[in-house]
Amino acid sequence: MGAGVSGLSARNRELLALIPVALLLTIGFAAVFAQNDSQLGNLSLSYGLYFLAICLATHIYIRIRLPNADPYLFPLMALLTAFGLVMLYRLDAELARELARDQANWFVLGLVLFALAIHFLRDYSVLERYRYTIALTGIALLLAPRLPLIGAQVNGAYLGVKIGPIGFQPAELAKICIVIFLASYLREHRELLVVGARRVLGVTLPPIKHLGPLLVVWGAAMFMLIFIRDLGSSLMFFAAFLALIYVATGRMSFVVIGMAMFMVGAWVIYSTVPHVTDRVDIWLDPYQDPGGAGYQVLQSMFAQADGGLFGEGFARSMVVIPGGTDPLLPAAQTDLIYTLIVSELGLFGGAAVICVYLLIAARGFKVALMANDGFSKLLATGLTAVFAFQAFVIIGGVTRVIPLTGVTLPLISYGGSSILANFILLALLLLISDRARRETRDGNSGPPTGVFT
Amino acid sequence: MNSRIIKLFGFVVVSFAVLIGFTSQWAVFGAADLRQEQANKRPLFQAQQIKRGRITAADGSLIAKSSGTGRGASRQFVREYPLGGLFAHPIGYSFAEQGNSEFEAFHNDELTGVNSEFTSIFDELRGREQTGNNVSTSLDPTAQQLAFDLLDGRPGAVVAIEPSTGRIRAMVSQPPYDPNLVPDELPELNQDPGSPLLNRTTQGQYPPGSTFKLVTAAAALDSGALGIDTLIDAPASLTIQGQELGNSGGSSFGEIDITTALTSSVNTFFAKLGRRVGEETLYEYMDRFGFNVRPDIDLPSDQLSVSGVFGPDGDLLRDGEGVDVARIAIGQERLLTTPLQMAEVAATIANGGDLMKPRIWDQVKDVDGRTVDSMEPSRQSEVMSEETAAQLTDAMKAVVNEGTGTAAALSGIDVAGKTGTAEVPGREACDGLPNQAWFVGFAPADDPEIAVAATVECTDGQGGTVAAPIAAGVMEILIGG
Repeated sequence: MGAGVSGLSARNRELLALIPVALLLTIGFAAVFAQNDSQLGNLSLSYGLYFLAICLATHIYIRIRLPNADPYLFPLMALLTAFGLVMLYRLDAELARELARDQANWFVLGLVLFALAIHFLRDYSVLERYRYTIALTGIALLLAPRLPLIGAQVNGAYLGVKIGPIGFQPAELAKICIVIFLASYLREHRELLVVGARRVLGVTLPPIKHLGPLLVVWGAAMFMLIFIRDLGSSLMFFAAFLALIYVATGRMSFVVIGMAMFMVGAWVIYSTVPHVTDRVDIWLDPYQDPGGAGYQVLQSMFAQADGGLFGEGFARSMVVIPGGTDPLLPAAQTDLIYTLIVSELGLFGGAAVICVYLLIAARGFKVALMANDGFSKLLATGLTAVFAFQAFVIIGGVTRVIPLTGVTLPLISYGGSSILANFILLALLLLISDRARRETRDGNSGPPTGVFT
Repeated sequence: MNSRIIKLFGFVVVSFAVLIGFTSQWAVFGAADLRQEQANKRPLFQAQQIKRGRITAADGSLIAKSSGTGRGASRQFVREYPLGGLFAHPIGYSFAEQGNSEFEAFHNDELTGVNSEFTSIFDELRGREQTGNNVSTSLDPTAQQLAFDLLDGRPGAVVAIEPSTGRIRAMVSQPPYDPNLVPDELPELNQDPGSPLLNRTTQGQYPPGSTFKLVTAAAALDSGALGIDTLIDAPASLTIQGQELGNSGGSSFGEIDITTALTSSVNTFFAKLGRRVGEETLYEYMDRFGFNVRPDIDLPSDQLSVSGVFGPDGDLLRDGEGVDVARIAIGQERLLTTPLQMAEVAATIANGGDLMKPRIWDQVKDVDGRTVDSMEPSRQSEVMSEETAAQLTDAMKAVVNEGTGTAAALSGIDVAGKTGTAEVPGREACDGLPNQAWFVGFAPADDPEIAVAATVECTDGQGGTVAAPIAAGVMEILIGG
């Protein structure tokens, strides 16, 4: 029994890792108080304690239900949530809203859903049985924003639904549904895709018979581009799809063909759908309309320019035009939250956030590596990939790597749908991880992994 | 499958590295360029977030202050000028979009507090924001107001200097503008044919006429080219370089000394004297008075004009570059001076031949009222001996007592001065009124407290009738004050 972290059980490591998270939240809230010239009261301390209490409750729940699950995923995700809460709390004063309170409520609700998912999906292989139902649910969710009465258009894209006062971004939940379907479908058909493949003109093509569902996914991505006009989500879905195809079949040519098809489709849509044309043109040259269409991405770059290496300081970056309420950083709480982080905490702050996403991806892929059956492997890979690609799409958008689109920065951006969906995603990853580690420990691993490689 | 999962993770690592690469491009490597972009208003807004210090007049009245609105990162300060246009020209303005001008620009570091490095670092640690220092000036609001009243709407300028210290007590340019309107009306002010934004005291370049004879006289007496009693024949007119040069009114004076020549402003005397002194010596004395370079005053150099002789292309001519010394000696021949320069000439004579550096600021105090810095009077140059200055003072007293400058006389106070009237025919803005009227002088003549230059553009009057009363009024209000 050696001393140090390696000697601790997985759950005790999780518990230890939560302490810095609670500290970050406490210090962050205290910093916002200080910046706003308010009394540094007990309030910021109590926020930290509440947060720690909620995290502890979740930890105990994981300890009881999933004692073998990965110890770092929950603390890392709680870290991003805490960081998001601090950034939102800092925005409250300037935007005259209560973003942090809303987000904290969503966080609690997200953890409730997290607990429910763990409770009801203890044997998550049931998901395979309902894969077509789940796929249809996912597609229905994606279509919902175009439905009359509940659909809502934001900046030319159909991203949300609104039922009464409650708004919802269905793409967030749809991403989980679609990953479950793809993991299940590819688990069953991947060998057929590989075996039946033939070489045509030097390129390995999947058999026509099994190409159908893949074309459906491609069609769905194109469909989203045209009808939902959601460039970011469709990019994220399609990238996760290609990642799963690659991991399932090992055929790089499928990925290349898929990318080529996406490019062709995207080009056609770029030339015909005005909203997409605008987004891409602005990406290529934001200065063509600095006060209009290019405003958001230009302001994003300008705010980052103020950041430098270490940032302007917490709560020091201008979010609204001084003396008014017009935005200087439009959608700072959602699309541009990464910009705000770079502006206030500098390149180091931005890189730190990216590193946390990378750590989550590393743990997620680790779960996939340890899983013993194909569905678990593909599901963990797909969930991790879609999470990482979502972070890439929005950070890439605000840093002008790709066109700026309206997906959220997972767990940091303001938004209930995103928080809820990501904690369900976390629940699935922990379920897979718990089973894999339990099986490895008990030595009764299912079919040998060699069959799958 | 496992090796492919690891490759996929590798792909994610590379993608995220690209994100960090782009972030460092915007946040670090390309940041300076982005801050220069026209579309980037953040630097302007940031400038507005610093509370600039106050600017006050000599009597403590508030010339400029900053008031804040909003809170947190969106707090901003806007400059206000409670006295409107009264100090518009020396003080200028400071606004985020329009920038800084004049005194506000020159003293920007003090007013924004960037000079107090120690305090800055200390405040940074405490999370306190940068606050500017307050700067007081030696400008006198009642003298400013009186100068405006006496100019009475005519375009012109008045500068008053304390000779022994170089303190600027009044600096007035007509027409004025209200700096509070700059944020909304800058383009209109720029296009106004009356050029209200032009600080005529430092940027107005006018032919000095006979007031320049003081410079010629100083050069002649101080260099020994002429004694105080030396007589020169002053006919009604001379032909110099093929052109006739005559006295005002066509009078012939015969053999006269320099006191008489100054009192009656005899052109033929000074034209001959200029030749006797020579280009080289005259230029040397012009240089000592501060001609031919931008004045050494606490205003931005791009808002200061040089006084000197200008060629047809507007380039400054030195001695030996084909200048007509006889005509320079009487203030003609494309000689252009600023009112500030002529006030410095008067102040030098008043101060026994020593030119003090002109200064508008007086003290810098931090927000808690501690004095950070005080203006220490310093000598710019020794222009002439005390004896020469005394001889010139006597001659200038005669100008006011019995010569062309009687309108500048004050009851109970001896005034020394010199008038000037330059004809500038065909000046478009003047609507047919050809004269530039001048008066430069100081008082009390024997113990000077104030030196003044007053000039009026576009008049049909003379320096002695138009400019002398303005100078007299401003001197009177500043004496003993």
